[in-house]
Amino acid sequence: MPAGLLGIEELERQEIEAILARAKDFQPIQTQAQKKLDTLRGKMLVNLFFEASTRTRTSFEIAAKRLGADTVSITAAGSSVSKGESLVDTLNTLAAMRPDCIVMRHAASGAPHFLARHLAIPIINAGDGTHEHPTQALLDARTILDHRPGLEGLRVAIIGDIAHSRVARSNVHLLSKFGAQIVLCGPASLLPAELGCLAPGVHLTFDIREAIADADVIMMLRVQLERQHEAAFPAGEYFQFYGLRLEHLALAKPDAIVMHPGPINRGRELSSDVADFQRSVILNQVENGIAVRMAVLERVIG
Amino acid sequence: MAALLIQNGRVIDPASGRDGVADVLLEDGRVAAVGAGLSRLGAEVFDASGLVVAPGFIDMHVHLREPGIEHAETIESGSRAAAAGGYTSICAMPNTIPVNDSATVTNYIVERARRSAVVNVFPIGAITKNSAGEELAAIGSMIAAGVVAISDDGKPVMNARVMRRAMEFARSFDLPVIDHCEDLHLSAGGDMHEGLESTRLGLRGIPASSEDVMVARDILLAQATGARFHVAHLSTRNAVAMVAYARRQGLPVSCEATPHHFALTDRDMAPYDSNYKMKPPLREGADTTAVIEGIVSGVIDAIATDHAPHPGSEKMQEFERCPFGIIGLETALGLALERLVHSGRIGLGRLVELFTTGPARILRLERGTLGVGAPGDVTIFGTDFEWTYDVNQSFSKSRNTPFHGAKFRGGPVATVVGGAVVWRREG
Repeated sequence: MPAGLLGIEELERQEIEAILARAKDFQPIQTQAQKKLDTLRGKMLVNLFFEASTRTRTSFEIAAKRLGADTVSITAAGSSVSKGESLVDTLNTLAAMRPDCIVMRHAASGAPHFLARHLAIPIINAGDGTHEHPTQALLDARTILDHRPGLEGLRVAIIGDIAHSRVARSNVHLLSKFGAQIVLCGPASLLPAELGCLAPGVHLTFDIREAIADADVIMMLRVQLERQHEAAFPAGEYFQFYGLRLEHLALAKPDAIVMHPGPINRGRELSSDVADFQRSVILNQVENGIAVRMAVLERVIG
Repeated sequence: MAALLIQNGRVIDPASGRDGVADVLLEDGRVAAVGAGLSRLGAEVFDASGLVVAPGFIDMHVHLREPGIEHAETIESGSRAAAAGGYTSICAMPNTIPVNDSATVTNYIVERARRSAVVNVFPIGAITKNSAGEELAAIGSMIAAGVVAISDDGKPVMNARVMRRAMEFARSFDLPVIDHCEDLHLSAGGDMHEGLESTRLGLRGIPASSEDVMVARDILLAQATGARFHVAHLSTRNAVAMVAYARRQGLPVSCEATPHHFALTDRDMAPYDSNYKMKPPLREGADTTAVIEGIVSGVIDAIATDHAPHPGSEKMQEFERCPFGIIGLETALGLALERLVHSGRIGLGRLVELFTTGPARILRLERGTLGVGAPGDVTIFGTDFEWTYDVNQSFSKSRNTPFHGAKFRGGPVATVVGGAVVWRREG
């Protein structure tokens, strides 16, 4: 099977370190006047998004272009998918056009893993259902490392809809491989007990104050209403118990950073003043997304 | 009709308590004699030296897909797969198109089986019309047409009041009510067992409680109505414990387990491979252990495959879109030998019971025995030869199995139905 990037869980720590180090090399390019390299000149990347996405798709596209690759972006609406073609047939058709890599987002967990078994082309997972979102975890780690010397021993609180979050899963796997202490926090319906066994160093709490206490990093997650199939908590009570407010930040380490994978819902999972808070690094995450995806693309098709 | 003399096999017939080397003579489609040194002029001779000769195996839980879904399986192809698995009798679940909820459909299945099946086919009728869970099906006329049980398998009766009425009516005919125990509200949207593995894979879970609450409900309804109640493919430790409890109360409750539920756990799944997707889902280790304990202790009466063919195109999709179910007729005995007998959990006598007298007793079939005069259905199997399952050689029209390429020690060698050899292992 060609080496793509399906998830963080199966990656070795050394591979992650190599990607993060390479991403650091690419960081300065983002602010240069001349941003384009020719590392991947002549390579073709297909962005295949079966689920709405603005930032991830754009980020991959920019990352590919900054490396000199050509890109084609396809969204499910308006493609043959909406005409009833099966996923395998769609991918076989695209693979026959000989792109060098397919970047894929899909609402079904495991869809890229399933395709990787049947296609001889590298697949990069840009988010599969409620499973993994590996490049998000990599860019989150890159962002944390811009503010801390290492990940080991850091206390990272991940708060929100953990059950439905591919961002949380990928982050848990990555942070655990580096020996961070991870506190997952949410209402019990969004925080199944099994999450505590997902990886070493994971603790669960239903109390946002306990989660934030002494944290180095506070990672807020979007409430994924589109993935919840029934009301998991009483309507209107989420922000009251699990929304991040400015007063909570006093419980964390004085230099704690606040992260969010976006898109943010002001007033739902975090208050507007937290979003604009000086130690909020949400836009740094977006910026690092390009550097990290350049490193991933270089590794996969370079 | 020609006679068949099966010589020198180890005859295991739990119904009569026989276990020893003997000959079995079949004549006119029935067992004519069992004993040492039998001979019969002109009889075809089958040398069963080194093999086990057992009453014909019965699979009480099979989906034959005919009428209506013949691209997945037909009565003929399913019956051939059954024969290759050592089965001489199979029970056809009613979730065909149309659903077997009337004597017309039952008659059709019986007639198609008479023309095309190589093993005995016993239809199971629906509990409710179209298995919609609302109005009782034409149960009495289906019994007259030949159904041996009723079940809304795959579409469990959610309304307890309807189930109560079904049990009451079935009781009048001493007919077993088989339930696929699943609370559809608790399991809604689930794709695999809810636990660490589903959490890890980001797949929606089918909690053990969705099975447990229905087993509990149905046992209580069986107690209230006096009906004979049978739990299809039970898979959780609580379900095993509750059936054991019901037995201790003297209730007429029975249950079956599938080979995949004692052979595999959710950790054995190849990630997102739909050949591991079925209902109930593969559970966790403690559940598998409880199922095996139930088989050893006798709480579990029968092994049944829940053979559920689906064409490749339906299984070649995103995991969450794939239908539930795997084929199982050809691998059941191999798995049972490996996981239950070779592992030392049960002896061959108990194994044969699980495939013969167990299901026969539940369904009141006058089969599953080699008593003189019984139907000439015989399963001949080996316990030592090594073989590899190649699903591409399967008699089934479908290929959905997690056991392709699995190596087995022991399995079916020949299948005899009504005194005639209908399948024989090659080589």
